[in-house]
Amino acid sequence: MDLITPDLGLVFWTGLTFIILMFILTKFIWKPIMAAVNNREDNIQEALDMAKKTKAEMEKLKTQNANLLKEARIERDEMIKEAKITSDGMIESAKSKSKVEADKIVENARVSIEAEKNAAVAELKNQVATIALEIAEKILREDLSSNEKQKQLAESFAKDINLN
Amino acid sequence: MLNTTLKAFVWTIVLLLSAPVFSSSSEEGEPVDVTEMIMHHIKDAHEWHILTYTDDNDGKQHVSVHLPIILIDNGIKVFSSKRFYHEEDAIEIVNAEGKKDHYLVNRELGYGIFHENIYKLNQAGLLDFDAEGHATNAKPYDFSITKNVFTLFFSALLLFVLLRLAVKSYKNDGLHPPRGIARFIEPIVVFVRDDIAKANIGEKKYKKFMPFLLTAFFFIWINNMLGLIPIIPGGANLTGNISFTLTLAAFTMLITVFSGNKNYWKHIFATPGVPIPLLIIMIPVEVIGVFAKPFALMVRLFANITAGHIIILALTGIIFTFGSAAWSALSIPMSLFIGVLELLVAFLQAFIFTMLSALFIGEAVAEEH
Amino acid sequence: MTGLAAIGAGIAVLGAGLGIGKIGSSAMDAMARQPEAASKIQTGMIISAALIEGAALFGVVVGLLQG
Repeated sequence: MDLITPDLGLVFWTGLTFIILMFILTKFIWKPIMAAVNNREDNIQEALDMAKKTKAEMEKLKTQNANLLKEARIERDEMIKEAKITSDGMIESAKSKSKVEADKIVENARVSIEAEKNAAVAELKNQVATIALEIAEKILREDLSSNEKQKQLAESFAKDINLN
Repeated sequence: MLNTTLKAFVWTIVLLLSAPVFSSSSEEGEPVDVTEMIMHHIKDAHEWHILTYTDDNDGKQHVSVHLPIILIDNGIKVFSSKRFYHEEDAIEIVNAEGKKDHYLVNRELGYGIFHENIYKLNQAGLLDFDAEGHATNAKPYDFSITKNVFTLFFSALLLFVLLRLAVKSYKNDGLHPPRGIARFIEPIVVFVRDDIAKANIGEKKYKKFMPFLLTAFFFIWINNMLGLIPIIPGGANLTGNISFTLTLAAFTMLITVFSGNKNYWKHIFATPGVPIPLLIIMIPVEVIGVFAKPFALMVRLFANITAGHIIILALTGIIFTFGSAAWSALSIPMSLFIGVLELLVAFLQAFIFTMLSALFIGEAVAEEH
Repeated sequence: MTGLAAIGAGIAVLGAGLGIGKIGSSAMDAMARQPEAASKIQTGMIISAALIEGAALFGVVVGLLQG
């Protein structure tokens, strides 16, 4: 019974001490601690947010870079393609040009060869004609003693002379 | 590990077997009344008893701190409790159960002290007793600085100093992790905030109640732990005193009642969805509930802490009950075990008191949903 | 505290012990089933145990009043 009878004095002192303690602790302890904790938590939150933001930005940059890279690659491919086309064209044109040139040279050569040949043939003809004339002269000189023979000879010559 | 356990077991057996040897030598003087010792310990006192020894002349010498007595009885009277505690002024009586008892008087002052209660003396300078052995004299209002009141002040001061040290380490901008004692304090503060206040009261309204919850938690906890220290300045059974728990529970009740919103009162006096005839029963039940909740808070803390003290003392008392030092082999490990358990209980009861306070407050301020 | 009051207190403790034991076992079950909710279950467990204990303590206080 004695144990569970509240004692006025102790109730009074407890109440008084507790209220004073609560006010003092609130002013000097809880406020600074809570402020520090909240401050730190805010800071951490801020840092986390910042990190998240930075990460997002990085991600964005990365995709941008990737896009740029892709574009660059496409451009490069195009350029290469173009260059190839150009070079192919150039090669082609050079080839055709050189062919034309070569053809021309060949033609020229042919023409000149022909001309040479013609000239040579003409020359030869002349020579042959000259030789033939000389032979003919000689023969004539020899065989033109008789008319008959002369005639016969002339005829055979005429028969035989067939150029080419 | 097994080896150590085995060794301890063997030693226990040896000590238990040697009990008769000790018992023959340890018996002297009158037997110790363990119940009396326990009851004396868990109650409040006007002096702080430290130890008693027997001097050369076989007289008992008490070493104790005499605390001031403050009475309100036609003005404030302040004097040292030393003026009561003189052996020659002890008056022997026989109580209702036939046991010897005594009370102390100081006729100069006109007061007597019986079972740590102060009474006014009658004309003959004695106390009057009724049939059940209770003193019937008038009592002055006793505002003495008793053992518990002293502990109250001491623990408040200790708590302030410890927490102040913690706050001192926050001198910087607070962006750095806590240092020193704050490393221990801060997680507990955060725990009270997140797991007790926020969880029960809600994100929006918890801030207003934080000072009460934090102070109650730390104050109960430090007093629970001081109570476990056997010698001065610990050892007072403050949190196991009904007056202390009554006051704290009353604070919880007052806060609950005064912060209760319309919704809370509506639930008490006009519970939604309950037919009117049933309300006749419901309203008294709900009103009793308003008082029963803090009452349970009060009793819970009181009973848990007092029970802890009683168990530890009873285990220590085994030695004296059986009158043999050999029993210490059993009693000391057991009381050590309970002592460690009480450390847990010290925290747990502080937590439960705060938790339930927060729960009741949370109920009172909850929005309609 | 003597005689009948002590028996009453004993019965109160018995009831509370059974109740708290049931809470403990259910909480353990729940925690084993949902380890991720362990902290919440623990808080609930402590609160219900405290409330039951409160009821038992009323009995003990009545015992003390008698004694």
